Amino acid sequence: MDLTPKQSIPAAESTRFPDEVLERVLTLLKSPKDRNAVSLVCKDWYTADSWSRRHVFIGNCYSVSPEIVARRFPRIRSVTLKGKPRFSDFNLVPDNWGADVHSWLLVFASGSPFLEELRLKRMRVTDGSLEFLALNFPNFRALSLLSCDGFSTSGLATVATHCKNLIELDIQENGIEDLSGEWLSCFPDNFSTLEVLNFSNLITDVNTEVLERLVSRCRSLKVLKLNRSSSLDCLHRLLTSAPQLTELGVGSFSQELTPQQHAELKHAFGFCKNLTVLSGFWDATALNLSAVYPACSGLSFLNLSYTALQSQELASLLPHCPCLRRLWVLDSVGDRGLEAVGANCPSLEEIRVFPTDPFDEDMLHTVTESGIVAVSQGCPKLHYILYFCRQMTNAAVATVVRNCPDFTHFRLCIMNPGQPDHTTNQPMDEAFGAVVKTCKKLKRLSISGLLTDLTFKYIGEYAKNLEALSVAFAGSSDLGMQYVMEGCSKLKKLEIRDCPFGNAALLSGLERYESMRSLWMSACNVTVDGCKALARQMPRLNVEVMKEEGSDDCKADKVYVYRTVAGPRRDAPPSVLTFSSL
Amino acid sequence: MEGGVAYEQGLNLKATELTLGLPGTGETEGQGGVRNNNKRPMPTSETNEEESQALKAADRGSRAQIVGWPPIRSYRKNSLQEKKDSEGEASGMYVKVSMDGAPYLRKIDLKVYRGYPELLKALEAMFKFAAGVYSEREGYKGSEYVPTYEDKDGDWMLVGDVPWDMFMSSCKRLRIMKGSEARGLGCGV
Repeated sequence: MDLTPKQSIPAAESTRFPDEVLERVLTLLKSPKDRNAVSLVCKDWYTADSWSRRHVFIGNCYSVSPEIVARRFPRIRSVTLKGKPRFSDFNLVPDNWGADVHSWLLVFASGSPFLEELRLKRMRVTDGSLEFLALNFPNFRALSLLSCDGFSTSGLATVATHCKNLIELDIQENGIEDLSGEWLSCFPDNFSTLEVLNFSNLITDVNTEVLERLVSRCRSLKVLKLNRSSSLDCLHRLLTSAPQLTELGVGSFSQELTPQQHAELKHAFGFCKNLTVLSGFWDATALNLSAVYPACSGLSFLNLSYTALQSQELASLLPHCPCLRRLWVLDSVGDRGLEAVGANCPSLEEIRVFPTDPFDEDMLHTVTESGIVAVSQGCPKLHYILYFCRQMTNAAVATVVRNCPDFTHFRLCIMNPGQPDHTTNQPMDEAFGAVVKTCKKLKRLSISGLLTDLTFKYIGEYAKNLEALSVAFAGSSDLGMQYVMEGCSKLKKLEIRDCPFGNAALLSGLERYESMRSLWMSACNVTVDGCKALARQMPRLNVEVMKEEGSDDCKADKVYVYRTVAGPRRDAPPSVLTFSSL
Repeated sequence: MEGGVAYEQGLNLKATELTLGLPGTGETEGQGGVRNNNKRPMPTSETNEEESQALKAADRGSRAQIVGWPPIRSYRKNSLQEKKDSEGEASGMYVKVSMDGAPYLRKIDLKVYRGYPELLKALEAMFKFAAGVYSEREGYKGSEYVPTYEDKDGDWMLVGDVPWDMFMSSCKRLRIMKGSEARGLGCGV
């Protein structure tokens, strides 16, 4: 722009777009990161972004207050909120810890009543909140609750009753009080807008006739995930009336079928040409499983992690799924089953192997280092692995990453804490060293086994793109954590349990915590004084300590540190101490 | 951790000590149970092996007590637990169900249901009928279908008369009777 003095328009105005144009352009930017960057350019762009932002993602509900969000984004339509620290999934966080969504709903109801979508993860949601949501947001259309708690099926009933425009109801893995399946019957008779219905979490039966009528009314239904008690007869009828489904969660697949019934079910699966995702399968029998073959040709994600398949069953199923990109299984499939994966799934990008018996020593039901190597040999595109096992070797991990150097997510859980390489009896340092040296794109890493500070030295030195690190029963000294805090400049989330890291380690991250989402440390050697010191020096962090009953006054049993612009939270229960710089 | 001294001497006396408790409980708080005190000594390379052996020995006894480990979500753990419970005792839990007039039998696992209401709902859904309202005095009122079962003595009984647990252990098979035959069993139609 050439701003010569002879121009009559003042310089600032000549560079301005009309607001409407700028907002229009900005709506084309979808990624929150891009939007955030845009808002920092100048005041006009900040304002334009604020008015045009429709979706906000809040990774830690306490990092900001609902008032601030509503004030900055007055026309918000869709909110994603995450609450409790991830270790709450494993019962490490007390029930009454917080992350209640209600205060958010109150603020949005007055400021942004046009809210349409709410996606919550690890938040506390009561029936009262669900009712408030259903009654106060007339345009509400999508609710997704993952790993939340505090509500019952009655809350779902109010949503079904009052949300006339609902297109998505997604209830996953929640601590829900399951009173009855009546909620499904609360959808009005003429209600037909549903596109996503996931009630796989629920145990109580729903009325199958109501379900079938609902599904046949909702011609746009794309995602349907049934619960465990859904029968195969019902499934058969649903498939026949909804062949347009792209994602299907079957119920328990264990009923005994006559040959006639089996053929009919298989035939019905054949109608479903658009299926890309299949899940459910609690208690599937081998015979019944073959009924799904006709629907597998376009399958990209197969979740078999609730049924203890044997290796042969998996080996029979996989050749029918040539396009598979994501596979979740239980370790009952064994190394042989994983060999079948390597042999049949050349496009595989993600594999998760869960333990059938996490607390059982029984070696018959596990996978070993051979399994993971077999998968890596046949699946060069692999970039995401979650692997629970009871034994591993450094050499195997090195082989895996040599075969698949593009890992972005590497989560290895050797279930016996502190277990060394079972062939050499050495620590597993070199395994994770190989991972971070080879996988330049690594963003998420979970480590396990016997690990010394050397592992952390490797991580700090090589894992330059690491954003999330999960550590348990590892390390020898404060140095371990220091290596990571100094070396991993992109780290956003760090969770540590049962490691010998103390105050020096905690304070070594002083410069880092404001650019991270959060830090969790439990059963380490951090003291209350250390936490106070951290809080004193970093006023924009909340430093919270959860005390366990009967522990020493000076010990900080569980520490949760996170950046925030909202100041110390006011809803902490008595067992949570908040330290601030004041 | 008081076990530290023994480890450094390389004898690992603590791990092989005969006690009445589970290995790893008692003085080595850091090994298992609720982890209150986790002051592990800094293992040098010589003590690594002993410590890892001891950890393994201790953990084997107290593994189930480590809170939140392995890191499996509660939802998944409960699902697997339910499955294990239902696979548990094989005797008498799968029973055949017939309905008068239906061409084939079904089989259900009684352990899946927590009580009569759930069982009845499942039967109703499976065979597409309505059972009527149950009362102790009059049996099933308001329906020509009556759920009955054969007990261990070979007698045909009305479903719902005995406590659920007793029913579960004595039920050999179920039959949904229809029409006049049902009336003899005390159905109040």
